Amino acid sequence: MYDYADFDDHFVRTRTAQFRKQVERRISGALTEDEFKPLRLMNGVYLQLHAYMLRVAIPYGSVNPDQMRQLAYLADKFDKGYGHFTTRQNIQYNWPTLSDIPDMLDALADVQMHAIQTSGNTIRNVTADHFAGAAADEIEDPRPTAELIRQWSTDHPEFQFLPRKFKLAVTGSPEDRAVTKAHDVGIRIVKRDGEVGYQIIVGGGLGRTPVVGQVLNEFLPRADLLPYLEAIVAVYNVLGRRDNKYKARIKITTMENGIEKIRELVDAKFAQTRPLFSGVDQEHFARIQASFPQPEFKSADTGAYDAAYATDPGFRSFADTNLDVHRDDQHAIVTISIKAHGETPGDATSEQMRVMADLAESIGYSDLRISHEQNVILPHVHKSDLPKLYATLRAHGLATANAGLISDIIACPGMDYCALATARAIPVAQNIATRFDELKLEHDIGPIKLKISGCINACGHHHLGHIGILGLDRAGVENYQITLGGDGGADTVIGKRTGPGFAYDQIVPAIERILLAYLDLRDTAEETFLEAYRRLGDAPFKAALYPEGAAGGKSHAA
Amino acid sequence: MARPFTPKVVTANELISGDVIYLAVDGSWVRELCMALVLSTQEDADARLFEAETQPHIAVGAYLADVKAGATGPEPTHFREAFRAKGPSNRVHGKQERTEEVPAHV
Ligand code: HEM
Ligand code: SF4
Repeated sequence: MYDYADFDDHFVRTRTAQFRKQVERRISGALTEDEFKPLRLMNGVYLQLHAYMLRVAIPYGSVNPDQMRQLAYLADKFDKGYGHFTTRQNIQYNWPTLSDIPDMLDALADVQMHAIQTSGNTIRNVTADHFAGAAADEIEDPRPTAELIRQWSTDHPEFQFLPRKFKLAVTGSPEDRAVTKAHDVGIRIVKRDGEVGYQIIVGGGLGRTPVVGQVLNEFLPRADLLPYLEAIVAVYNVLGRRDNKYKARIKITTMENGIEKIRELVDAKFAQTRPLFSGVDQEHFARIQASFPQPEFKSADTGAYDAAYATDPGFRSFADTNLDVHRDDQHAIVTISIKAHGETPGDATSEQMRVMADLAESIGYSDLRISHEQNVILPHVHKSDLPKLYATLRAHGLATANAGLISDIIACPGMDYCALATARAIPVAQNIATRFDELKLEHDIGPIKLKISGCINACGHHHLGHIGILGLDRAGVENYQITLGGDGGADTVIGKRTGPGFAYDQIVPAIERILLAYLDLRDTAEETFLEAYRRLGDAPFKAALYPEGAAGGKSHAA
Repeated sequence: MARPFTPKVVTANELISGDVIYLAVDGSWVRELCMALVLSTQEDADARLFEAETQPHIAVGAYLADVKAGATGPEPTHFREAFRAKGPSNRVHGKQERTEEVPAHV
């Protein structure tokens, strides 16, 4: 993994020292809140409902065991013993005091981490496929590209006051696990005539106006990446609207001007930026790439795995659900679910963080990832080590076999923490997970993505859920709208609203009706919810959801 | 005829801890909604909000929140204020876990 050069270390520590002084000046009264707010936001510090929140970047989702232990230390020392992993590969601490945050940032700098550009109208933490370097279908590891972009965008002088936040994601696999089409700029590593380059997607985003990104450039040669990105962001910086923050994201700029116009402007700007890049960036890229070597995968007998799989039903269920195919057939990619039934999606205790760090160190080639689905990934585990891994995870409440199932829910913090929320999201996720665990239907229902946001900003990606739930405030009461058929995979589809929303105590029965209808309607046990929905359309699901209103619809009153 | 005025309290987040605070009758800040000063006219409310805004070293983002009279003092009318007054619903954190050591007064 990338190791900070002296330059990076100096930069991060200087920034932390500056912020310490800014906090002191705010507390002494030398800075007003209006003056201080943009400064704290540049350093990942929000003020939420009950307390401050510190958002720490986990660039492209990669952490090593020492970093994970430091995250645990921060949770114990400055928070309430846990941290919250988010859909943008960050970790958030919900309870720090303002005066402690400079010490937290120092502690992060000690392990080459920071909170810079995790908020504000800048280029945000660059996200990537959490299976990077391990996936069997990968063209190239996206992390070096993401690291190059991180370095280029961090403190980029021209891009500190963009019209709005700007999010980039990189994937190296055709099966897009980084949701690149829902980002301001999505980058897909592609191959043409044996040459590796980039497909550039622009103008995707969720929020109140969900838009699927469009291809701006089918094949960008590798060496053109930074000048081309610089051209895109420069065009947006000038063209993006500053009069209305709801129309300020590049998705709106692209809709209002058309992709052709954007392409024309970017090409013109690129003609200016290209000559400014002498090739030093490519030499640097080669060094970054060298710092992400493929681990030396061990080769050993996998009999222990086969034996456990044959005899231990718990292990078998875990293996069937939480393992993915690794490029080395003796290894597996392990998803550690941070979503035990009834727990808060994405919350990990300090003890759990330490357990995962130790496991990564002893049997996971010292590599951990945070997925945008709010789980932790061990990208490389030899199959013979899996039974031991499973036993350790089980002892710490980390062996829930639900990856990709109904209880593997993405939920934003919602009204329990977030100052912008219009309704709660976390307890809805807890209740759905608990209910389907009681029904013992989770494995029967099979692969499904359920995503919940606590307001129209869509931090929980609800538009991309096969089932999406959006929490709203209707005349002072929580009300939940359902969307169906969304998909964050390679094609990216925005879900369709079903109709009137449901009260807080009616949302779990409503979801149950949809899924019981699916179990009735599917062709075979292999047909997934999304496939059935695509085959049948929304009518039968709506009929189940609104039994009285739907003539001829089958009713499954809960 | 003018609409009846909904009683209000002045609320904010405390600068250092970020904790939810309310303006009390003596002009100090308290952590519990039931101890907050209830304002029953627009003039009073505006004046007290202005007073709060002159204390940026204690209070961040002061605003007026609707309340109704309850058995032990003002109670929230909206669920957002109810969460602010109590803490999150997924964990027993925030005000609801408060121990005696934390003084009610800021
Ligand atoms: C203090 C808490 C948070 C605040 C104030 C906040 C604010 C916002 C806002 C205002 C937007 C809409 C932006 C726009 O449409 O222009 C947004 C979008 C988004 N946020 Fe958050 N958010 C918070 C927490 C989170 C968390 C915890 C996550 C990850 C779980 C997250 C991930 C996202 C994502 C994925 C989007 C949608 C993608 C897009 O930018 O279009 N946010 N957020
Ligand atoms: S979707 Fe809304 S409620 Fe949820 S975290 Fe984002 S801003 Fe907050």
